[in-house]
Formats: sequence, C-alpha cells, structure tokens
Amino acid sequence: MNSQARIPAVELSSRDLKHNAHNALGDAQLRSNMRKAMDSLMAKRLAAMPDEYEREHLREMGNHVRARALSRLPELLERLEANLTRNGVKVHWAETVDEANAIVLQIAEAHRAKQVIKGKSMVSEEMEMNHFLEGHGIEALESDMGEYIIQLDHEKPTHIIMPAIHKNARQVAHLFHDTLGEPYTEDVDQLIQTGRRVLRQKFFEADIGVSGVNFAVAETGTLLLVENEGNGRMSTTVPPVHIAVTGIEKVVENLRDVVPLLSLLTRSALGQGITTYVNLISGPRQADELDGPQEVHLVLLDNGRSQAFADGELRQTLNCIRCGACMNHCPVYTRIGGQAYGTVYPGPIGKIISPHLMGLENTPDHPSASSLCGACGEVCPVKIPIPSLLRRLREENIKKPDAPNPVMRGQGSKYSPRERLLWKGWRLLNTSPWLYRTFGFFATRLRGLTPGSLGPWTQNHSAPKPAARSLHELAREHLEDK
Amino acid sequence: MMSAKANILAKLRKSLEGTQPIADDYDVALVTRPWSYPAEERIPRLRQLMEAVHTETHLTTTADWPALLEKLLADKQLPSLLIAPATAHGAQLAAHFAGREGLPRLKAYDRPVEEWKAELFDDTPASLTGTLGAIAATGSLILWPTREEPRLMSLVPPVHFALLKASEIHDNFLEVQQKQQWAAGMPTNALLVSGPSKTADIEQVLAYGAHGPKDLIVLILEDA
Repeated sequence: MNSQARIPAVELSSRDLKHNAHNALGDAQLRSNMRKAMDSLMAKRLAAMPDEYEREHLREMGNHVRARALSRLPELLERLEANLTRNGVKVHWAETVDEANAIVLQIAEAHRAKQVIKGKSMVSEEMEMNHFLEGHGIEALESDMGEYIIQLDHEKPTHIIMPAIHKNARQVAHLFHDTLGEPYTEDVDQLIQTGRRVLRQKFFEADIGVSGVNFAVAETGTLLLVENEGNGRMSTTVPPVHIAVTGIEKVVENLRDVVPLLSLLTRSALGQGITTYVNLISGPRQADELDGPQEVHLVLLDNGRSQAFADGELRQTLNCIRCGACMNHCPVYTRIGGQAYGTVYPGPIGKIISPHLMGLENTPDHPSASSLCGACGEVCPVKIPIPSLLRRLREENIKKPDAPNPVMRGQGSKYSPRERLLWKGWRLLNTSPWLYRTFGFFATRLRGLTPGSLGPWTQNHSAPKPAARSLHELAREHLEDK
Repeated sequence: MMSAKANILAKLRKSLEGTQPIADDYDVALVTRPWSYPAEERIPRLRQLMEAVHTETHLTTTADWPALLEKLLADKQLPSLLIAPATAHGAQLAAHFAGREGLPRLKAYDRPVEEWKAELFDDTPASLTGTLGAIAATGSLILWPTREEPRLMSLVPPVHFALLKASEIHDNFLEVQQKQQWAAGMPTNALLVSGPSKTADIEQVLAYGAHGPKDLIVLILEDA
C-alpha cells in the first residue's frame, strides 16, 4: 500500500536529548498543544479522584498488588503460561526484541499473512514491529486513531496513552487531506469517521491482529485489555489469528487484583471511572463458537526488564501500569513533548525504564533531565518513587565505566574524572573549617575576579558573585559590637 | 543453548534469592465500600453514568420490551436487526415480530463468521444482545459472548441494543467477580461495555463512533 510505504521516519535519537529538547522548546505550536493537553489531563485525573482518603489508600493498595506480583514473578509467569496453555493459547518467550519479532514473523509466515492490524501496544513499539514486518513484505497498520495518525505521518508516539497529542485538528486535517486524499475538514467528528471507514476495511481484510496487554492474570490465564475506541476488540476478535505481545512484568496473581489496578489505571490516565471497553481474553474460538480468532498467541518479552528486576530498588520500575500520569504532570515533558526523548517511553517513567531497555550509554542524559520536583512520584498510581530512582540512575551513570558488578548496562556513561575531582575538592572545602574560612576570605576579597561566564549556567542566568563580606564575618562583627 | 524461557526464569529466580514472597493483604473494603449503593440507587446511577457517555437507556418490562424495541427501530429507521434466535430474548423478539408485515428484518447469527463476514460488516446496521448484568459503580454492562450470541454481535453493527435485568445490576466489579464466580471459569471472552465506542485522540475532542458501535441503547427490565 503506497501511503504506508516507509520513507525513513524522522527519528530523534535518544543520545541527543539536550539538542532535541532545545529544538522542541522553540516550537511554539508544540508548546501550546502540549500545555493545553496536559492541563486538561491533570484536571480530569483530579476530578476522577476527588476523595483523598480513597485515592491515597488505593495507590498504596496498587503498590502492594504490583509488589506482591513481582515478589513471585517467576512462579506467576509459569502459572500464567500453564493456564493460558490449558485454555488453548500458545505462549512464547523472548529475551530480546529480535527474538520477539522472529516469533511474530514465524506465526505470520505459517499463515501466509500479508496484512496485520494492530491495537495499541507499546511493546510492539519497543520491537519496532511495523518496520520489521514491512521489511518482510507484511503490511502492519495501526488502528488506534492516534497511532494511525502518527503512522500516516511517519512519526513516533509522543505519549503512551495519547500518541498524537502533539498534533491539533488542523494538522490532522492537512495530513488526511494530503495522504488519504480526503476533502479538507477540521471537524473532529468527520476526521474520526474517515479513520473509521478506512480502518474498518482493514479489520475486515487483516490476516492477523496484534495487541498489547494491560494485565495478564495468572490465576485464570486471562489477558485484560482496556480501550475506548473498539479497535482493540476488533484487532483481537475479527482476524483469524491474534498475537498479544507484552512485557514479563505485566502479570498479576489473581483476577481480583485487577479491580484496584483497573480503577487506578483509567482514572489516572484519562480521568475516566472506566474505559468504554474492558476486554478479558482467556482463549481462542472454541469448536462450537461462531467467531473469535482460531489461534491466540502471547509473546512474553524481557528486553532489559530482568536487569531492572535484579536490583531491589530498581525493581520498583516494573510496578508501572502505563497510565501516563507521570508524563501529564511533568514540567519537563509538558514543555518538550514526547518525541524529544528519542525513546519509546517518554517522560518520567521513560527516564527510569529506557536505560534498562536501551542501556545508559544510549540514554546518557535521561536521568538528569528532571528538576526532581517530585510530581511524578506523587501522582503515580502504584507509587513508584520515580525521583529516587532518577537519583539512583544518576549515581549509576557516574560510576567508573569499568567498576565491578555493574547493575546497569552502560553504567558510567557520564563518568568524568574532572567532575569527580571537583566534587572531591568541594567536599574537602566544606568539611575542613580552616580551608573553608580561608576560601571564604579570598572568595569575598577577590570577588572582582569572578568569571562572567560559567558554562551552561550563564546561558540563562546571571553569573553568581560572592558578597563583599561573608555571613560568618558579618555575624562575628555584629556579636563583637554588642 | 538454554531456551529464552529458561534464561528469563533463571535470571528472575536468581534475583529473588533470599527474599520472601510478599503476603496478600488485599483490602476488600477499600474496593467495595466506596462503591456500594442502596438498591433503589443502582438503576439511577447506572443510567446517569452511561448517559453521560452518550448511552441511551430506557426503562421497560419483560413483557413490553419487544414493542419498545420495535418503536426504537422505527424511530431510528433501522432496516434490519441481528438477533440470537437460540436465546430466550431472541426467541421472544422473533415471536413478537412473527407473521407481521412492514417490520425491520430479523437476521440470525447462526453460522460461522467466515460464511457471512461481508454481510456482517456492510449490511448489518444493528444488533440485540442480552447481558450478564451490570455494574453500578462504573456504569458498565457485563457481556459474556456465547456460541448462541457470539463476540462480534456487540461490536461490528453500528447500533447495539442490550437487554439488562434490573435485578442483575451489581454494585462493583469485585462483587460481580465473587457472585458470578469469575475466577472459577472464564469464558473465551468476557467484556465490560460502558458506552458506545469513542475517542479523544485528536486534540482531546471527544468523538463517538470510533471503531465499535456508534450507538448503545440499553433496555432495562425493571421487573426482571
């Protein structure tokens, strides 16, 4: 299909975060689209969680449910596989995205599939599944309206829940006009109906449906998916084959565990008490049933998650239920948008999960791209201490690259002997009273020699200049006068 | 060479060495008490929540709903309706329509989807299904598609009529799971449906009729 033929997408590299952020900050349209969207999402969340007691206790419960699942993760994954297998679902395991793609391709080839329709799946973004399948002559089309829009524009999602939130209706109108040959309209209803019409035909034709998973229930062997559009149900029900792809951390122990998590997820994400559809899939079409996929597959992907799991503190990263609330409340994300990060997961959660998926060497500036204001940690529905984890990653990032027992792939990507020496000097200065007083004396007397330019600091701030007399001196004089 | 599964599980197990599983301290009260309602409030709450997201709801009775549905089909100028004739409600509606002229055509979902997929997608404007009840807390219908009433009935036709017995409106999701013993045996597909399909993916402007039904009409049987 011509409109989907891949021209190289404009992809921003995760190694250029500072540069990308600088450019994004200068994009007035992006700034205004993002500000408007994030303000609205924050207000909606709060309106859906007005009772502080309920909200805070439910967050605590969400944390416990996730922590309990992770505390017995290997056992639950095996139980999930056993129950899904009993239900007729085929379970596959992949350590890397390459392995996961190979599994999907093998299934596609077994069915001579030419068209794949996709419900929303961030793990498939990790795999760059669309690009991979198209390289093998298989069309992979996104069916979530937002994902469809950015796929048409050869972009990457800017938000994990609202992938096209950086675009306004006028931009979508131009896109549909230019790529689909539709009459130009900025009417959102009409734009959505265009998407519905095009994609309905694709659901009809598709050989395989691909989806993500919100929660995988070990107890019953059930894959739970939430959505508003119905494209998830279409993707998982209409095509003869359904492939679900998910991370190994998505498992929960019992069916009842999804009750608090579901409530936290939809309210934190969009301020909705529940999504239009909650889709619980426990098996393929049975012999006497008239519809549903003949085959259901689940691909369980590691891709760096076991690295986060290995460390008791960093393991909390895997509590995440992918609601996006941390992004919506992040002053950095709101200003630079999602694409500047150059990672599949942007914003605060992206800054703590991406280094595990891609290595610190590929995300060197991510742990530092935060003011540590703490908003992300305060709104996280499963209480991931994101600011503490950012600080922890900063430490891992300045270790000597060859320090023994590395916790992170790419540790020490920001290691600098000069910076380390400076901090050592700073510590000495501040822990020795004699040195401190001497430094204070000269710093105040020689204040005229303070440099006017101090690297990045003075790009946006005036240079600091010591006072004529130190506070210590003034205090001492004051007491002597008395 | 070890398999991916063996490698992953071995890594996870090693990481957990010397730790104990966290005990299950599930707080039933926290997910039920704020979401419990006196019996007389359940229907109004359900209607209010569902109507807020563009669902149409009607109060009717076991005897009267076929006539109401007939009127709604006429008002909406729907030429045909997909039903599940093997269900009690499907049979009741078929009996109501039997031998009468000028009514919308009743179509039966009685063969595998492959045999009539194009007709289902292109020429099936509306459907009628039952429900397994509803959840007052969130304004959600519970659907467990069956052989008689398959999955796509509530998804592909642009207009979906759903029958709901008032006595089967429960307070919250946990209560439903417990009373209906979900964990003891899940169907191949279970659904909570809380309105017609919608999206806010363009500039957060809410638009209905994304990929699923554009209209959801719930007939609540007060005496059932």
